Amino acid sequence: MAAIALEHYLLLSAGLFAVGLFGVLAKRNVIVVLMSIELMLNGVNVALVAFSRYTAPNELSGHIFAIFIITVAAAEVAIGLAILLTIFARRNTVDAAEINLLK
Amino acid sequence: MPEAAVWIIIVAPLAAAVLNGLIIRPLLGPTTRLAAAAAISTIGLSFLLSLWALIAVWNNHEVILPLHEVLRVDEFSLRIGLLLDGLTAIMLVVVTSVSLLVQIYSHGYMSEDRGYVRYYTFMALFTASMLTLVLANNLILLFVGWELVGLCSYLLIGFWFTRPSAAAAAKKAFIITRFGDLFFLIAILGIFLLWPDDAPITFVLNDPDAPVDLLRAGGTVLTGAGLTWVCLGIMAGAAGKSAQFPLHTWLPDAMEGPTPVSALIHAATMVAAGVFLVARFLPLFDEAETARTVVALIGGFTLVFAASMGLVMTDIKRVLAYSTVSQLGYMFLALGLGALGPALFHLFNHAFFKALLFLGSGSVNHATGTFDMRFMGGLRRVMPWTYGVFLIGSLSLAGIPPFSGFWSKDEILGSAWSHGGALGTLLFILALSGAVMTAAYIFRALYMTFHGEYRGGESQESGATQNAHETHDEGHGGAPHESPRVMVAPMVVLAALAVVSWLANAPGLHWFTDMLEPLGAHAEEIHIVPAALGLAAGLLGIGIAAALYRGGAISAPSISGPLAPLARLLTRKYYLDELYEGVVVRMALYGGLWRFLSWFDSEKGIVDRAVNTFGVVGRNVGKGIRVVETGQLQTSLTVLSIGAVLIVAAYIAWGG
Repeated sequence: MAAIALEHYLLLSAGLFAVGLFGVLAKRNVIVVLMSIELMLNGVNVALVAFSRYTAPNELSGHIFAIFIITVAAAEVAIGLAILLTIFARRNTVDAAEINLLK
Repeated sequence: MPEAAVWIIIVAPLAAAVLNGLIIRPLLGPTTRLAAAAAISTIGLSFLLSLWALIAVWNNHEVILPLHEVLRVDEFSLRIGLLLDGLTAIMLVVVTSVSLLVQIYSHGYMSEDRGYVRYYTFMALFTASMLTLVLANNLILLFVGWELVGLCSYLLIGFWFTRPSAAAAAKKAFIITRFGDLFFLIAILGIFLLWPDDAPITFVLNDPDAPVDLLRAGGTVLTGAGLTWVCLGIMAGAAGKSAQFPLHTWLPDAMEGPTPVSALIHAATMVAAGVFLVARFLPLFDEAETARTVVALIGGFTLVFAASMGLVMTDIKRVLAYSTVSQLGYMFLALGLGALGPALFHLFNHAFFKALLFLGSGSVNHATGTFDMRFMGGLRRVMPWTYGVFLIGSLSLAGIPPFSGFWSKDEILGSAWSHGGALGTLLFILALSGAVMTAAYIFRALYMTFHGEYRGGESQESGATQNAHETHDEGHGGAPHESPRVMVAPMVVLAALAVVSWLANAPGLHWFTDMLEPLGAHAEEIHIVPAALGLAAGLLGIGIAAALYRGGAISAPSISGPLAPLARLLTRKYYLDELYEGVVVRMALYGGLWRFLSWFDSEKGIVDRAVNTFGVVGRNVGKGIRVVETGQLQTSLTVLSIGAVLIVAAYIAWGG
């Protein structure tokens, strides 16, 4: 059994990111879009930690980046859900296609 | 004479204008008598300084005053200074003396007017502008004075601006004189363009330090057709200000102003400005024979043309107005013949007797409340002083010796006579027939106003005629009476001047010509034949007037039948007002230029169409672009993602 190399982690990362991107672009429910954004962020976290582990094992900069991203993502979800609640209260919908005031 | 003293001649009335307009009127109200004190005392100071200037010039011929640089743009240096020579000195005395007397008279005439302070403000400014124009030693400064004179005449003609006719007359005067000024301005630009490049132009009229200045430039720097056009432009400006044909129509309408203003405009300021301008630039005209001939012909034509209209006017001020136009024609005729001395001598004499006649007509109006001679008559008995001075003025205007008008008119006739040739003969005949008409119209006015029986004054007018100029003396109704002393005194002084002013250039004395000698004037000899013919013409005119309006030897109705069409032509002023109003204004301007301009501005033309096109193009471009802006967040993100992928792909493919 071959050792798990950097490429495997990066493939996992890209896969997570691509699934998330698909969700963001294709799903109509904004809650699902928010969840998909979490997937994309986590894909990035995997890549950061993997790079950190394989290229500079004695430094923790990749880990620290990941922790920051998790923190920011938590804040982002809180704000995102708050906005969504307000939109729902006003327009009675969570369909991304109907939230088109920027037209 | 110190330079500061010469400057004070201008600054004193200017200070009075500023004081009256900006301090006295806001603080002390519109009718305070202090305004007259300020204006009259400063013009009195100017008058005394002018006499000093006259004596200084008399001793030295020319007082050299320094030039001061006020502006420098690259090579061009604008140097402002004052020029004091014989011509200026004479004009200074005429302007300040007449202005002084008119302003004293005005204190009586305008005493009831609510615009008393405003009146004295404008009068002082008017005098200051005219003095600037006369004293300027730089064409630019001269032009400033020239335009200020035009502005002040506008303000004073439209003094009673609540009356539509006064507002219209002021506008007319301003526009027509501005039309002439346009050509003057073109002439100034022409001088600028024609000036050779090797010596930078300074516009200084008389500069002893420079190799060549504007007045000496005629023969050496400016030549040929360019000079002729420059001279014609100057002449057009002068014709506008001095009301020469075809720009004369504003002057009779200018009677809408207060009568003392008319006296000032007609005698000392404004109309004298045009004569002064041509006289000042006579060295240039001397090199442009064609332009000078044009000046003479315009003068000759105008003097007959205007005199003929004076014969039929019923408004005494209009008679005098056409008389002024006619007498200015004499001056231009003389200038056109190069006769500087006679032209200025006539201006000098005319200033006094014409101011006198106007103040006399104002005095008559003060008594009767009308300017319409059909409602006057018999005033000789109730207004002996006014009658006396008016008679002196009329005799002088008619050219009866020994009154001043005879001597200067004789000099002009003499210069036409001695010029000879076809031009001289033609001008002599014109001047002579003008002299007959001059005597006839002024004595017609005299007889209608002062002789016969009183015909009622303003009460007969039912207030509807356009001749009810002055409104302030309502309440003077009833029997006419002599005017107050403050009005009679200046008239008596002017009458005395009208009797003796000819002595300045009496045969054998020639003080006047001596002063102008450096400018090219020379003493005229007395020509017996033209003098005798001129006198005969004057007497003939008086005889005609007496036969028609006094003795009744010829009754007016008996000749009015066959002459009716002619009379109508004259009364309608040769239909020139209709021509200007109907053809020039309505057809050429309304129909042509303004229609074109309104098309140019419209949606079918250029301006609005361009504006609309910009709008339409912007809107359509927006409409096109709007399709991609759906507001769909996910669509935008999709495009964004594809873009990002493409950029990365491109980087990997070519950049790496």
